[in-house]
Amino acid sequence: MQIIVNGNPRDVERTATIASLLAELSLDPRQLAVERNLELVPRADHAATQLAEGDRLEVVTLVGGG
Amino acid sequence: MSIDLLTDDSLTIGNHTLRSRLIVGTGKYASYELMGECLERSGTECITVAVRRERLIDAAGNNLLDFIDTSRYILLPNTAGCFNAADAIRVARLGREILLGLENPGADWVKLEVLADKKTLLPDPVATIEATEQLVADGFQVLCYSTDDPIVARRLKEAGAASVMPAGSPIGSGQGILNPNNIRICMEYLKEGDPDYPVIVDAGVGTASDVTIAMELGVDGVLLNTGIAHAKDPLRMADAMRHALHAGRLAYLAGRIPKRLYATASSPEEGLIVASPE
Repeated sequence: MQIIVNGNPRDVERTATIASLLAELSLDPRQLAVERNLELVPRADHAATQLAEGDRLEVVTLVGGG
Repeated sequence: MSIDLLTDDSLTIGNHTLRSRLIVGTGKYASYELMGECLERSGTECITVAVRRERLIDAAGNNLLDFIDTSRYILLPNTAGCFNAADAIRVARLGREILLGLENPGADWVKLEVLADKKTLLPDPVATIEATEQLVADGFQVLCYSTDDPIVARRLKEAGAASVMPAGSPIGSGQGILNPNNIRICMEYLKEGDPDYPVIVDAGVGTASDVTIAMELGVDGVLLNTGIAHAKDPLRMADAMRHALHAGRLAYLAGRIPKRLYATASSPEEGLIVASPE
């Protein structure tokens, strides 16, 4: 199925969760935050959050800023 | 001795106490290595950071967090780049989630920027007040980037802001403190019956004297970024900003002499061997 991650389409397994997606992207969940369809998904819920066709995810981290 | 006078001169904002009154941004440095060294030289204990998309294609690229000792600095996440209250609230929550993962004490506060205009980067006062109310209700300690309008400052405090941070001049402009009188009135209004309420000058600092001028006015601290990051020699400027902050703070505490129109002699008239004119 297709989802949108940070504005780009991406194919994932039907069984994919937020945790499995982050693992696939080799991202450390302690240094980022995930929003699914405009709702923040707390880190503790990543493993239990099943992705669905057309989900829009934002995966964000910290960068330099003023 | 002068520096020693300030060793206990900490700044409390909400439930955070900072040993330095300088808050320094982490943006626009030529490299993260340079940024790390500048932060150290500035003497700051609190640094601002922005929330942005992970670069999924260039995952091997440098990560800010590899260059910051998060056990040493309190991070202050901002909502820079947000142009409405809803977006600022989203970004604030994402920032909090990241800081919780890092176990950084800054997870419970945010530097709120709700901008109105790309050219001036001036804040939208109505949306800033609206976002402040909602973020306070959501448990955040909100540090509000604002104009130097005393009435807006008062409204932000009423909305629950932990600190109001009037801009000296537009973000990144280096124009310094354009309207010291407005900053004075902001302080008078915000500190009325509440002398410890923190007022921070945020934005516009171009060089060390701007920091000193702000501190001499009696503000509680200064937040700056571009003034160091884009100086010809950022390391030297970081040192200069640290000294400037101390100078301004000490001068404020010491109390300046009133300005007079005419001169007053520093040497005594008594014992003078020559005749003075009438």
